[in-house]
Amino acid sequence: MEKLMLQIIDLHASVQGNEILKGINLRVNVGEVHAIMGPNGSGKSTLAQVLAGRESYNVTGGQVLFEGKDLLAMKPEERAREGLFMAFQYPVEIPGVSNTYFLKAGLNAIRKHRGLEELDAMEFLKLVKQKAKFVEMDESLLNRPVNHGFSGGEKKRNEIFQMAILEPKLAVLDETDSGLDIDALRIVADGINKLRSKENSVILVTHYQRLLNYVVPDFVHVLVDGRIVRSGGKELAFELEEKGYDWLKEGFEEVEAHA
Amino acid sequence: MRIADQNKNWYVSRFESFEKSLNGEANSKIHTVRKAAIARFAELGFPTTRDEEWKYTDISSFAGVQFDPVVKDQPHHPAANDVQRFLFKDGGYSRLTFVNGQYAKHLSSIPSLPPDVIVGSLAEALKNENGVVHEHLARHARYERNAFAALSTAFLQDGAYIFIPKGVILGTPVHVLHVSTGSEKELASHPRNLIIAGADSQATVIESYVSLSNNRYFTNTVTEIVLGENAVVEHEKLQMESSRALHVGLTHVQQARSSNFVSNSMSFGGELVRNNIVAVLDGEGAECTLNGLYHGSGNQLIDNHTAIDHAKPNCSSHELYKGIMEGTSKGVFNGKIIVREEAQKTDAKQTNKNLILSEGATIDTKPQLEIFANDVKCTHGATIGQLDDESIFYLRSRGVGLDEARILLIYAFAGEVVERVGVAAVRDRLDRILHERLAR
Repeated sequence: MEKLMLQIIDLHASVQGNEILKGINLRVNVGEVHAIMGPNGSGKSTLAQVLAGRESYNVTGGQVLFEGKDLLAMKPEERAREGLFMAFQYPVEIPGVSNTYFLKAGLNAIRKHRGLEELDAMEFLKLVKQKAKFVEMDESLLNRPVNHGFSGGEKKRNEIFQMAILEPKLAVLDETDSGLDIDALRIVADGINKLRSKENSVILVTHYQRLLNYVVPDFVHVLVDGRIVRSGGKELAFELEEKGYDWLKEGFEEVEAHA
Repeated sequence: MRIADQNKNWYVSRFESFEKSLNGEANSKIHTVRKAAIARFAELGFPTTRDEEWKYTDISSFAGVQFDPVVKDQPHHPAANDVQRFLFKDGGYSRLTFVNGQYAKHLSSIPSLPPDVIVGSLAEALKNENGVVHEHLARHARYERNAFAALSTAFLQDGAYIFIPKGVILGTPVHVLHVSTGSEKELASHPRNLIIAGADSQATVIESYVSLSNNRYFTNTVTEIVLGENAVVEHEKLQMESSRALHVGLTHVQQARSSNFVSNSMSFGGELVRNNIVAVLDGEGAECTLNGLYHGSGNQLIDNHTAIDHAKPNCSSHELYKGIMEGTSKGVFNGKIIVREEAQKTDAKQTNKNLILSEGATIDTKPQLEIFANDVKCTHGATIGQLDDESIFYLRSRGVGLDEARILLIYAFAGEVVERVGVAAVRDRLDRILHERLAR
């Protein structure tokens, strides 16, 4: 039987008084990969940020259940400990905080929450080396300050590396594919495919169909003006690639007008 | 009469009793210096916020307190166990311990040193009428316009005397530990340190100020450091006085040609703290680095005044002071750089960065450049900021709790100074102090 990982019910959210999400409904089952596509300003990133718990976004209505629990009532760190991971569209540079040091603190907080023993320095180092290889990340980057002086591609790879270490139940990737060259894109896609399993779910927020050549989604949703206007299988992505978003926008406006 | 004036007279009268207790020693060379100093102190009196140098630091809360200057041996000395936690375990350090400003032989340990190196008590050296001491003591640190230095010089008795002869490299640091017992009586101690590094010599000195109680007392210390040509000295000051103490310190550094001096000044303790550093680059090609870290919480006031005097050409100075202010604490940074007319090709860089963690905390930061030469490079910058919300969210989104995320970021901020400290044991100690203080 299908098991529900995430359920979004009529979610409304605003930033500085502007309503961005205008009633999102989405069900993601365990083991599924969903792609959320849409034009600029449609609310894709806002959705990802709201799921991760960014405080500058104001949820004005609706509900989000993560494995049946009220996600919106949780602090960002509690969401991470419950198994949610968001790969940032723009990973933050944090001078002075070592990449591996902070990740060890995060991983051990998550392990503790799950009733697992904390990893010691040696065990963690072993894990780090293994996962760094897996995302082809230069080991010299590991002990550098978080994202500090990293290239765009290195930052995105670092997100996937962190995801590989933290092994989330649900990964939300916010335009992780944007701005990547084809080699980096393959590595990122590889990372996602390796995480993908019967136990995990992935939400790919993307502007381009390109990533979906490497990570084949089970479902594709199109977000326009804060609402999901169309859902379908992977073939919807090809249709979007061919026709763009305008036909959906127009259709949507018509529906609005007649409603 | 103003309280501050009454208080001034109190110290002058205490000086008279001090003088009587000296007996024959009152005829010594150093006593003429003391007499001149108390006379000058009587003229100056304690500074008020009307003095430009004390504009942001109001000492009036201490002006009514009649601290009793320590003038003879204390009846009670702490046991080795009491000071154990302040020591550095890394073996081989020479250690001079002073209790309320007076040498405590039983708490000191001096391993075998290279020939002619002196690591000992200044009182001892004065008793022996050591010629080198007289040549330097109270010759560098000026008290004509500094009331606290004048007062400290007037009551000058003991402290560390460190002499490194020409060409000698002292491989392990010397730890000078100043312990205040904080007895019921409100004591004033005036520790006096003299460090002389001969030409081509090298040494590291750690000066720490600690307390055995949480009582009120007054530490008014002066350290003179003299670097010969090509000498290399690293000086760490670790100020961890009681949270009710008044700590005023002057470190005066005199640098000869091509010498290299590094100071790391870390201030955590005290209710009211004023650290003065004056470095005179008095020989071509001298280099001076002043780093500082201060963390104020509660109602602490921590004031760092630095002055780098570029007196000769081709000298360079680098300065980085970082402050973390919490609660209703107040920080003051005043960085003066003087470039004399002769000091062409000076390269001076000064940076002061502050993190304000609460609404009630404040910082006054003031760069002060006085440049009289025309071919120089001088830069300065000051920042005051808060923890970055984006960074906190990023850390939390990986499972790190809010408090830990904040500590990580504050720690990272401080780390820029900590990593510059040359002595690993001091870096480790700073890690521990920061973690303890931030986790409170």
